[in-house]
Amino acid sequence: MKKIYGRPESLKSTPHLYCPGCGHGIIHRIVAECIDELGIREKTIAIAPVGCAVFAYDYFNFDVTEAPHGRPPAVATGIKRVLPDRIVFTYQGDGDLAAIGTAETIHAANRGENITVIFVNNANYGMTGGQMAPTTLIGQKTTTSPFGRDPKREGYPFKVCEFLSALEGVAYLERVAVSNPKNIIHAKKAIKKAFNNQIEGKGFSLVEVLSQCPVDWGMPVAEAINWVNTTFMQTFPLGVYKDK
Amino acid sequence: MTKQLMKGNIALCEGAIAAGCKAYFGYPITPQNEVPAHMSRRMVELGRVFLQAESELAAINMVLGACAAGVRAMTSSSSPGISLKQEGISYIAGMELPAVIVNVQRGGPGLGNIAGSQSDYFQSVKGGGHGDYRLIVLAPYSTQEMYDFAFQAFALAEKYRNPVLILSDGVIGQMMEPLEIAPSQISATVEKNWILDGCKNRPPRLLRSLFMGDGDLEKHNLKLQKKYNTISENEVRCETYHLDDADTVLVAHGIAARVAKAAMRSSRATGKKVGLIRPITLWPFPSRAIADAATPGRRLLVVEMNHGQMVEDVRLAVNGKCPVEFYGRAGGGVVNEEELSSYL
Repeated sequence: MKKIYGRPESLKSTPHLYCPGCGHGIIHRIVAECIDELGIREKTIAIAPVGCAVFAYDYFNFDVTEAPHGRPPAVATGIKRVLPDRIVFTYQGDGDLAAIGTAETIHAANRGENITVIFVNNANYGMTGGQMAPTTLIGQKTTTSPFGRDPKREGYPFKVCEFLSALEGVAYLERVAVSNPKNIIHAKKAIKKAFNNQIEGKGFSLVEVLSQCPVDWGMPVAEAINWVNTTFMQTFPLGVYKDK
Repeated sequence: MTKQLMKGNIALCEGAIAAGCKAYFGYPITPQNEVPAHMSRRMVELGRVFLQAESELAAINMVLGACAAGVRAMTSSSSPGISLKQEGISYIAGMELPAVIVNVQRGGPGLGNIAGSQSDYFQSVKGGGHGDYRLIVLAPYSTQEMYDFAFQAFALAEKYRNPVLILSDGVIGQMMEPLEIAPSQISATVEKNWILDGCKNRPPRLLRSLFMGDGDLEKHNLKLQKKYNTISENEVRCETYHLDDADTVLVAHGIAARVAKAAMRSSRATGKKVGLIRPITLWPFPSRAIADAATPGRRLLVVEMNHGQMVEDVRLAVNGKCPVEFYGRAGGGVVNEEELSSYL
């Protein structure tokens, strides 16, 4: 019998500790599938963030290092500069990449570091229990914006792809979602392209993945997915923001 | 063996290069600017990695990455910049990476000034960042030692998988002295069965400082403490002078020890019985040598370019066996030979 579907070699069999309905499991899987399909598992080094995905090292079946909160692009720079023939990617959330690590993100991008960034945007700090993130939507309630995000008080959602698109060093930026099979298939294509760019030496590639966080959003899974497809995407439209 | 006139900061670079430092990541700050400037030319000429980072935070994390990938890597800064690096240093200590970090100290607190200082002793030897960790701290007092300690730091870091801090200051960094470069072999790199370079023909590896499992962090802490005990037993370095007859023993490190040595000599020329203990490793601290020197009828005089930091470790070592006095200046004030001699 021909096997048509199975666990990618780049994914360990360790059960995930992510919450029910969380998008991380899907994103881990499609990243692992891309790495398998590109045949780069044995030369890949990943940098895990601080946040929900800090445990990525328990799930990915290749070399992984931890980094201080927000610093994965700097750690990736250090690895890639000394091992330029390896494939180096960071996997970061919105707090890690777009708040505390904003400077590291911008400068790695602007230097055109030949790395891949998987940026998981779920509009809140999931690991610490659902605080306001730089990507929290206007009006969205979190544990630290209990009255809803008010731009007069908390400013506006930080749009990473739009912002980075102005930088010359950036090769590729795309915003995708994992909220239905069609979006997942497309997200995988984008992630594969971001790794391929690195293999071809094209420079900094970032894929922003809008991800559902039902538990911290206080929504049933179906409602959370619907919120991604409607409300979340209105503020963060899907699409290619740069393709050099 | 040839002699060259060289600045301390340049000698440091050349020592690191001779030791096989493959990557340097830095950020401008006075009085260490000669280091990134020199490395930006030399490392590129040698086909090695130089990168000016966007911040001290980024620079130390680039070092973290390069060390994780298995190469000898270094960063340098001065006091305010070293404060920024403390987060990364704590992670590097927790992940047991053999990074080399250089602090060409200036005065503080805050932005302070750009003059040489020894105000970062506490930060260097008592932790600096969060968590229960130790750095091996080397305190050079000459251009020659800037070269030699930079050369030795990488092998020492790799031997114990522990970060090494070279604690210099603006005076040593900026002054020019003759330097002798002896032909030396690069110490063999110890087997690094922990580096991340892709899992070809081996199981995947993980580097981390997060230990969430029940009891895991306690085990990790005990493992670190065991390593620190081994370092304390094997790596203490200090110099002693005239401890046979001295009734006043100066205790000083780095540039203060240069001044103390001069004051000791001029005082002895006038018949005063003065000796000196110079800690070279500030951690592990030469507590035993100091305790042995603390005999009744003698006084210890600790000289520092701060308002009393190392003196606390000296008092702990002496444990009340003889009087311990302190003489220090900070904020850009340099203890000089005349004022110290008149105090003796």
